[in-house]
Amino acid sequence: MYKYSEFDDAFLAQRNAQFRAQVERRISGALTEDEFKPLRLMNGLYLQLHAYMLRVAIPYGTLSSAQMRQLALLAEKWDKGYGHFTTRQNIQYNWPKLRDVPDMLDALAEVGMHAIQTSGNTIRNVTADHFAGAAQDEIADPRPYAELIRQWSTDHPEFQFLGRKFKIAVTGAPHDRAVIKAHDIGLQVVEQDGERGFRVLVGGGLGRTPMIGKVIRDFLPENDILPYLEAILHVYNLLGRRDNKYKARIKILVHETGIDEIRDRVEAKFVEIRPEFSGSDMDVLAEIQDYFAPPAFTDKPLDAYQEAYDSDPVFRAWVDTNIAPHKAEGYGIVTISIKAHGETPGDATADQMRLMADLAEAYGHDELRISHEQNVILPHVHKADLPAIHAALKEARLATANLGLISDIIACPGMDYCALATARSIPIAQEIATRFDELKLEHEIGELKLKISGCINACGHHHVGHIGILGLDRAGVENYQITLGGDATEDAAVGTRTGPGFSAEDIVPAIERLVRAYLEVRDSPGETFLQTYKRLGMDPFKTALYEEEAKADAA
Amino acid sequence: MARAPRPFTPKVVTANDLLEGDVVYLTEDDQWTRRLSEAEIITDEAHAQLRLLHGERQPEVVVGVYLADVSQGDNGPEPTHFREDFRRTGPSNYPHGKQEVSAHV
Ligand code: HEM
Ligand code: SF4
Repeated sequence: MYKYSEFDDAFLAQRNAQFRAQVERRISGALTEDEFKPLRLMNGLYLQLHAYMLRVAIPYGTLSSAQMRQLALLAEKWDKGYGHFTTRQNIQYNWPKLRDVPDMLDALAEVGMHAIQTSGNTIRNVTADHFAGAAQDEIADPRPYAELIRQWSTDHPEFQFLGRKFKIAVTGAPHDRAVIKAHDIGLQVVEQDGERGFRVLVGGGLGRTPMIGKVIRDFLPENDILPYLEAILHVYNLLGRRDNKYKARIKILVHETGIDEIRDRVEAKFVEIRPEFSGSDMDVLAEIQDYFAPPAFTDKPLDAYQEAYDSDPVFRAWVDTNIAPHKAEGYGIVTISIKAHGETPGDATADQMRLMADLAEAYGHDELRISHEQNVILPHVHKADLPAIHAALKEARLATANLGLISDIIACPGMDYCALATARSIPIAQEIATRFDELKLEHEIGELKLKISGCINACGHHHVGHIGILGLDRAGVENYQITLGGDATEDAAVGTRTGPGFSAEDIVPAIERLVRAYLEVRDSPGETFLQTYKRLGMDPFKTALYEEEAKADAA
Repeated sequence: MARAPRPFTPKVVTANDLLEGDVVYLTEDDQWTRRLSEAEIITDEAHAQLRLLHGERQPEVVVGVYLADVSQGDNGPEPTHFREDFRRTGPSNYPHGKQEVSAHV
């Protein structure tokens, strides 16, 4: 597997020693909080509601078993025995003590990990399809490109003080699992006349002003990727607003200036700077691609697998729901749901992390992925090994067959942890999952993406949920707004508000009415919630949400 | 139209402990307590500013000092907003934070 070399060991050691000294100086009073805050943020350390929080980068969501075991060690030794995997393919520790953080960073460095640059107005951790290198529909593994971009952007002098943080996502497949249309720049690997290149999108984002990215270039030859990105960033740096933090993202610039003018300026700059790129960047890419070479796939008999599939309905349900097609014959992509009904979406205990690491080592070419949907993936598993994996996962409450279903909820930390929150999101997710598990309806409901954010920053991606829930503070009371029709795939769309929000007590029954209305009006069991919404619009759902409620009140 | 001066709502001085990150409150005798019930209730605006300043002058002990609204309850100050209620209790998905501490006492 690729050995991530963003920073070499010496650099990480030096950086960690520096932070250790800064922590000491903060504790002694030599540094004020105003002086210390930017330093700790640069090192991934936030202050939340009840404690500090350390955010650790997992570049393109890829981990080895040794790294996963180290994450487990951190959880056990310096936290409360668990970690929280986020939609940004990070892991967050919710309870570190200030004095321990330098030790945590040293422990991370032992396995080549760090918390650097996960904050600030820089180019953030580049994200990629969590099925990269494995998906059947993939044209090329997107991670070498993500890595190339990361190497180029890290410490690039021009891009350390952008107007705002900047997020790039890359997919190598036509089916978008990386939400590229909700990123500042989205890249999709495409082929045209036998040549490889990218479709380039710009100006997507969620947050308080959600926007779907627009195509700035339909086909960009592979060789031109860095000069073209540099041209986009240059135009953004020049024109982007710095007067207002809420208007500083490139999505606002694209929206206010228009994609055509932005394109003209980017193309002009691109022509100008392209000669500065000698092609050595493509040599680097080739080197990176060697590192990302696929594992040696093998051939094994599938009889035992087939027998388990035919005879064990629990195993079959898990395979049908959580295993995706792999490009290699006989293989599958295993998504381990860390969303057992009633648990906190994205949380895994140290024991669970170790078990997943063991499984990756024994059966998965030593590779794990973290998806933006807050699940853990074993990307390369031979189907012959699935019965053993399933049995081990069951023991650890990790075998929930709910991928893509209503209980596979994305939820941000919300007011249970986050200092910016306006309402809680975790308990709402827990209650919805528990309720639909009681009803035993979720497999009948089928694909339904429910996403919850605890404030307008939209860390829980609610805008692109088929059902989105946004928690707000209405006159000192938690209030939950519903949006419908959002979509995070290649058909990305921002959801539409249904109307007034619901209280914490009423939101789960409201979601149930909504889903029951869908079951009633869908034209066949094959029509998904989103398809039904697109066919019929808001009306039947509004009726279910508001008129039935009014009736119930009058009764 | 002249607006009537808004009556001052009672306050406590609160912050996070520098080392632990835990929520703390200022007491009448200048200690930082982990329990809201032990915090000093401030009912006068000028006094509130003084107490806030007193808290802010201890950057080697606490971080993020501010005044939070409370009401007078039977057992000392009670939060008036749910955010402060979570801060004095801990998260709702695990019995962690202050709930953990009080469970042991
Ligand atoms: C708990 C501490 C967190 C804080 C203080 C925080 C803060 C923020 C803020 C202020 C923004 C808006 C930025 C902007 O619009 O320019 C944002 C965006 C975002 N956050 Fe967080 N966040 C936190 C946790 C998380 C977690 C746990 C996740 C993943 C589950 C996450 C994922 C995201 C994503 C995907 C966006 C992008 C929205 C966009 O495209 O504009 N954040 N965050
Ligand atoms: S959406 Fe708001 S509440 Fe949720 S993690 Fe982001 S900033 Fe915090």
